[in-house]
Amino acid sequence: MVKTTPFHPRLAELNTTQLWTHWAGYLSATQYDVAGKHEYFGVRNAVGFFDASPLHKYEISGRDAERFLSGLLARDIRTCRPGRAQYTIWCDSSGHVLEDGVVFRHSDTDFLLTAAEPNLSFLQSQIGSMQVCVVQVSEQYAMLAVQGPRSRAALAALAPEVNRLGYFGHAQSKIAGCEVTVSRTGFTGDLGYEIRIPSDDALSVLDAVLEAGEPHRMRPFGDQALNLLRIEAGLPLIGVEFTSSRYSFNEHDRFTPDELGFGWLLKGIDDESRPFVGRRSILAERANHASRWTTVGLSVDSRAYDSLFFDAGLVPPKDEPPAAWETMLYDDRGERAGYATSYTYSPMMQTHVGIARVRPELAVVGNTIHVEQTVNHVYTTVAATVTKLPFFNPERKTSM
Amino acid sequence: MTDTNRYDAIVIGGGHNGLVNGAYLAKAGLKTLILERRHLVGGAAITEELFPGFSFTTFSYALSLIRPEVIRELELVKFGFNPIHMPTSFAPMENGDYLLLGPDRDENLREIMRHSPRDADAMDRYEHDITRVLQLMYPLFDRVPPNIFGKTPEDAEDVAWLLGHLGSAEPKVVHDAVRLITGSIADFLDDYFESEILKGYLAASSTTGTKVGPMSAGSGLVSLMMAMGEHDGHLGSWSFHKGGNGGFTQLLATAAQAFGAEIRLEAAVDHVITKDGRAIGVVLADGTEFHAGVVVSALDPRQTFTKLVDQRELPDDLVESIDRFQFNGTSAKVNFALDAAPRYPALGDRTDQYRGFISVAPSIEYLERAYDASKYGWYSERPYLDCCIQSFLDPDMAPPGKHVMSCFVQYAPYHLKGGDWDTERDNLGDTVQATLEGFFPGFGALVLHREIVTPLDIERVVGLSEGNIYAGDFLAPQMYFFRPAPGWSQYRTPIEGYYQCGSGTHPGGCVMGAPARLASQQILKDRVATS
Repeated sequence: MVKTTPFHPRLAELNTTQLWTHWAGYLSATQYDVAGKHEYFGVRNAVGFFDASPLHKYEISGRDAERFLSGLLARDIRTCRPGRAQYTIWCDSSGHVLEDGVVFRHSDTDFLLTAAEPNLSFLQSQIGSMQVCVVQVSEQYAMLAVQGPRSRAALAALAPEVNRLGYFGHAQSKIAGCEVTVSRTGFTGDLGYEIRIPSDDALSVLDAVLEAGEPHRMRPFGDQALNLLRIEAGLPLIGVEFTSSRYSFNEHDRFTPDELGFGWLLKGIDDESRPFVGRRSILAERANHASRWTTVGLSVDSRAYDSLFFDAGLVPPKDEPPAAWETMLYDDRGERAGYATSYTYSPMMQTHVGIARVRPELAVVGNTIHVEQTVNHVYTTVAATVTKLPFFNPERKTSM
Repeated sequence: MTDTNRYDAIVIGGGHNGLVNGAYLAKAGLKTLILERRHLVGGAAITEELFPGFSFTTFSYALSLIRPEVIRELELVKFGFNPIHMPTSFAPMENGDYLLLGPDRDENLREIMRHSPRDADAMDRYEHDITRVLQLMYPLFDRVPPNIFGKTPEDAEDVAWLLGHLGSAEPKVVHDAVRLITGSIADFLDDYFESEILKGYLAASSTTGTKVGPMSAGSGLVSLMMAMGEHDGHLGSWSFHKGGNGGFTQLLATAAQAFGAEIRLEAAVDHVITKDGRAIGVVLADGTEFHAGVVVSALDPRQTFTKLVDQRELPDDLVESIDRFQFNGTSAKVNFALDAAPRYPALGDRTDQYRGFISVAPSIEYLERAYDASKYGWYSERPYLDCCIQSFLDPDMAPPGKHVMSCFVQYAPYHLKGGDWDTERDNLGDTVQATLEGFFPGFGALVLHREIVTPLDIERVVGLSEGNIYAGDFLAPQMYFFRPAPGWSQYRTPIEGYYQCGSGTHPGGCVMGAPARLASQQILKDRVATS
């Protein structure tokens, strides 16, 4: 039986479409009203909120907590001060990515990790003789993401702490008399915050946020808008861009951090003082130039796209939800170049964009890649340019 | 004169077409100067804080017809192009009911069925037929019109292209296009629909900016022009730019400058300097001279041919055509700062109907009666209003909880019979407010401030002759290879080096950028030919 999050009673009232999807065992709104696309515009131009409660959450504490995470996570947790958070990944010993998540550091010895998939037994299996305690707190907290250029103004009235929070900073605050943790994090690539709330207080806090957001035209946004937002932000999604190497059947289903575009997380990997799971394999991959793929952005030549359809007597489609399957890519000679894992029309970019894996020698910004496209029931291709990720990266995302 | 006053190209007028043209020329490497008479660029596409905290789109108020080519070629995304989709259309009715359409086809059909079960599937047929006509028209928008009077092999090629294009379409599609271009929207809609509110809503755009009523021949053409918009693959849909249309023209200015164009504000051009039949520069009202081999007028045809140059330098037939060119401005604006969102009784406290246009046009008869007044030289007692509460789309345009509302008003003829606009301005504002009060009881009490823009104000402030928002009526004899005059539709003028790029040229008005883009192509082609 599918579960509902602590926000559900209010969200059910707000969801005029009654369109829901299942996410991590919970009901999650697909879109809240008939103008689903406008939820996306609401986030990019004002402020929207999203129920992120179904995320799995783990408290990790104890004298050795830092050493525990430092040896497990590929990103160096020692550089994360209390009051800061990190986007991170963890790998298997062969240097393939297991999963990703966000880790919040509350003190020298107290952390909270959020992840899209359950990880309790895995985390506990890594403890060994260290003095660490890993506790699942998934259902104890609801998570509310408040995202968009007006998010700071909307929340400042309730939690003035937001005015001081730098990108990936977090602080304790009180909203509607309830203790909450507010962090400057999110999955939209925009200015935005996430509020972690004890589940029993979730509705009181949501109501306060709704009231504070009303003058700023705050509105809920669903899964569809989030998917478009995160693709524009170049943010990979587990289950779409990659799946855990633990569940791969062959080498085509597992990827290294460098292949997934996570190389930037591995700053300081040469530092011998921090062995972590997968490190030696990743170093060997780098030394041998053994990466099979490079993750890039693709930006479709909109003129070519429009002509492709207009010349065939059709109207160019630009409003479908992101492609639910991989899109094949070819080089100039028609050889297989790789594949796009996410592919959609981007209103901010005014063309189709894709998060793609291509052969490393093709991953040069400005290179042309040909994207498979069906027109009049026949496969053809449309030209796209290799670009950097993210596609959309406003200054407000990180500025104070 | 110093070297600093010498340019390759000078563009007169910093409206959206002047900026687009200047940006293209600068991008092609020409040392380009854009001269704007006012203290800000944008022409009729500006956003101003006329009441503290409230941003008004004084004149033009939405974006849709901007060609994708302009966005692409001027790399506007890089400079911050930020369109906002307008997902709904709301049409209040005199009996308190309403028509509310959104992006979901099936919900729309159910909503239409409320008014007429027969009109639901008719709507699908109508939309499909219009889309087919749009497909036929788009290629005409993105090309310089053929000179059907020309004698060169190139002219023959252009004409052959046009005939080939029309000849390759299905006969029904071409016939529908001709029915729209020459006929009335009322007749066209009668072939599909019976519901008064649906017909009123669909006919409303046919009256925009031109002195025709929905029952007049020619109203179909205006309707077709208004449907030429495209937003994210939705043909005929409208959008809004962050910060209003002023936000968009500021972005165009940024792009033009990034490509190297120089913009001078408060630089009113007195006239174009000509020598031996060619343009060599301009003189400002203060006497400053700038010289260039290319001078481009982004102003309307009347100003381009009769104010900026001495019409004695032009052929008689062109002067006559320009004299005959119709500018019957019939549109006004009333913009409101509101203390809160208006309330529509049948929808209670709902406000989601305000995320697009609010069309006060409950029937074709309502529109036609509104038009009647203008025929006899007066403004409508109950005008057609095309409103948008823009702060619902962009909350930065009004203080939290407050709203800014743009109301386009039709009909308000430039030439009043037995009155003048300086006397009637407030009365027009009252008429509009009373009309809104009739549909949204309590509206008047919400008004914190209002700005009334008559056709005379449009002419005075923006410079558009007779306040015509398209720089010349959308009438068949003033379109395509007749815009602005037979034989002069290819952006050149009889004065060598002097070009036209404003909305008075093909394809016409609205914040489209197409005239300026096509003009820049001609200018650059001519430079190659003469160098």
